[in-house]
Amino acid sequence: MTDSFEPVIVGFTCNWCSYRAADAAGTARMKYAPNVRLIRLMCSGRLDPTFVMKALASGADGVLITGCHPGDCHYIDQNYKALRRFLLLRRTLKGLGVEPERIKLVWASAAEGLKLTNEINAFVEEIRALGPLHWPKWDSNGHTAEKQPILEVTA
Amino acid sequence: MSEKKPKIGVYVCHCGSNIAGMVDVEAVRDWAQAALGQDGVVVSRDYKFMCSSLGQELIEKDIQELGLERVVVAACSPHLHEKTFRTASERAGLNPYLTELVSIREQVSWVHTDKQVATEKSKALVSGAVHRVAYNTELQPLKVPINPNTLVVGGGIAGIQAALEIANAGFHVYLVEREPSIGGHMAQFDKTFPTLDCSACILTPRMVEAGTHPNITLLTWSEVISVSGYVGNFNVTIKKKARYVNEELCTGCGICVEKCPQKVIDDVYEAGLGYRKVIYTPFAQAVPKYPVLDRPNCTFFKNGKCKACEKFCPTNAIDFTQEDQYLNVEVGNIILATGYDLFDARRVTNYGYGRLPNVFTSLEFERMSNAAGPTGGEITLRDGKTKPETVGIIHCVGSRDKNFNNYCSSICCMQSLKFAHLVKERTGATVYEFYIDMRTPMKAYDEFYQRVLEEGTLFVRGKVAEVTNATHGPHEKGKLIIQVEDTLVGKQRRIPVDMVILSVGMEPRHDAKQVGQMFGISCSSDGWYIERHPKLDPVTTMTEGILIAGCASGPKDIPASVAQGAAAAARVLDKILQKEVELEPIRATVDESKCSGCRICNNLCPFNAISFLDDVGVTRINPALCQGCGTCVAACPAGAISGTGFSNEQIFAQIEGLLMGV
Repeated sequence: MTDSFEPVIVGFTCNWCSYRAADAAGTARMKYAPNVRLIRLMCSGRLDPTFVMKALASGADGVLITGCHPGDCHYIDQNYKALRRFLLLRRTLKGLGVEPERIKLVWASAAEGLKLTNEINAFVEEIRALGPLHWPKWDSNGHTAEKQPILEVTA
Repeated sequence: MSEKKPKIGVYVCHCGSNIAGMVDVEAVRDWAQAALGQDGVVVSRDYKFMCSSLGQELIEKDIQELGLERVVVAACSPHLHEKTFRTASERAGLNPYLTELVSIREQVSWVHTDKQVATEKSKALVSGAVHRVAYNTELQPLKVPINPNTLVVGGGIAGIQAALEIANAGFHVYLVEREPSIGGHMAQFDKTFPTLDCSACILTPRMVEAGTHPNITLLTWSEVISVSGYVGNFNVTIKKKARYVNEELCTGCGICVEKCPQKVIDDVYEAGLGYRKVIYTPFAQAVPKYPVLDRPNCTFFKNGKCKACEKFCPTNAIDFTQEDQYLNVEVGNIILATGYDLFDARRVTNYGYGRLPNVFTSLEFERMSNAAGPTGGEITLRDGKTKPETVGIIHCVGSRDKNFNNYCSSICCMQSLKFAHLVKERTGATVYEFYIDMRTPMKAYDEFYQRVLEEGTLFVRGKVAEVTNATHGPHEKGKLIIQVEDTLVGKQRRIPVDMVILSVGMEPRHDAKQVGQMFGISCSSDGWYIERHPKLDPVTTMTEGILIAGCASGPKDIPASVAQGAAAAARVLDKILQKEVELEPIRATVDESKCSGCRICNNLCPFNAISFLDDVGVTRINPALCQGCGTCVAACPAGAISGTGFSNEQIFAQIEGLLMGV
């Protein structure tokens, strides 16, 4: 890829921790890469895996999932369910031929604006290194139109 | 998704230059009108301050004149102004939940540095919200009654103040304290700065009032072990540890304490300087007056013999068969006034605490200078006899130090000045204060500093490198040497002293994190509880119905703790007097016609809100128990569960909107 590739990342945040960490980062004027667009959920447990698939299918190059630290969940333990789904999602993505590294799970408490900032910056660079996500082009018969290897990512 | 689009209004805020300085607000406004017109946007405006009354009127006017059915405001975080704009919409006759706030300040202008990129990101976020808001539905807040009882956890001065304020207003309070008596750290002090009033003299009347108040149920030697429910309706289990004293019969005469033959070092109240009996009240003014039997040290419990206390008790109040009791109480609000722990001075090994006998902590000095303390108020070296001729007081021990705690513990400067005054008054010794910066900001504090200066205390500005007994000659013999760089003179100095007092900082309670988890609130990276807003909402937390007061949220002095206790009480009274509380109507509901009865969701709910109806073979969710996390919504394979406010349709549309044009 050329240097001009700017990844687009959709980030899912928990209302109680990471969304407030983003607020805290803003209030403290910490700077981070503008490639992430956040969606607020009430809890990382709300993250339906189809949200991630939908984001990747709609043009995102990566998806950041954030939640409260283990043990800190506002709803007792739903972040553990997010963790389970995250692990399953990575396997599913692998099965589909998509690099599992395109999704990342980060725990960030409301106080951790700096941590969230650093994680976002790191993730943007990781996705930049992976390059854009190329989904295969399917035709109406369910076959790929292009014969090129579907998920080879050129450096 | 081809139904008629609702009419949407987009409002982009400049926030003065906060947003407009980094985002081309006019470009976002024009783009929304042009590019999102097909998605229902009928009007797009910008304004200098949308949250001002003029900005809100702009929205209200459009709702009424243009018949807007949805509103998107691109401004600051919804945690700041979502309520403002939803209320404005409601005033104009639009259901408040049809208004969405997009954060282009916290998430864009304040964190990015390229105006063009920031503007593009703002457009994407607005697009996400416009797509999402089309699927918002009208919601009504849930109203639940507020139980008028309150739980106050922690019987230090902040908790006592909070309990008294609420009790005096006529509502019932359960005041729970882990130690045998209320009073907290304040009960251990001798004098209080800057007025030098006697701590016990001002605290005791409050303790007695709390102990005898008809509206206060005092539960000392007790701990909260579980909490369930939500604002207005908490269910709390309190473990009342066995005292081995029947409180109904005990008169507090103290004969059992007198007759108990076994003494142990009192690590808690006397900071390890003095002894207490195995059956004891921690101090003379303790509230309640009933003693506690320290089971692990009791001769009877160890050897099966003794029972001196029982023999001499005139009212037969000693009960060796007593067991821990578990009480269930229902309360509407909870105030956590759990206080602080002192920094362990042993961690600063170069100051020699625990190794060099005549190095004391501030709490040890407090006990020593207290007339009711182990030395009867005599200030002596560790031998209990010798009066010091020179005393060094070291500030910021464990505070303002990257190796330990970064924060300032806020009370240590004033405390150290108080110590200097007391040492001079009682012993006439030469006193050195070793400080980094002198912080005396509150009422009459700096005047006290001036007074201590005039009394002849010597101030050395510099962080002490080491306290040692390795001497450099006969003039230092038998002394403790304080090695310090005097930064005002620019020289290294060795100052021989007889006694060192370490002004140790405050730390969050060792179990603050577990306690926070039990009550559903979180700690900052330093470990203090996080307030809802550090300036404007310092006594509430992110969890409705859980309030914090005193040092639980960070170091504070007595006046600030008292003020916070009263403030928390005022917030609770406000809730109680409203009689009911509105809850966000974010709840999960089951479409029973779609539910296949697979029961995948049944074990997911942490609040037991989901039950399975065997007779009809479907699952149902109890809206009063549901807290709206959405985990079951995400898990339902049939798509039968929907989450209001965060439905699949809303999130899918938001994803599409965010990624429009990508």
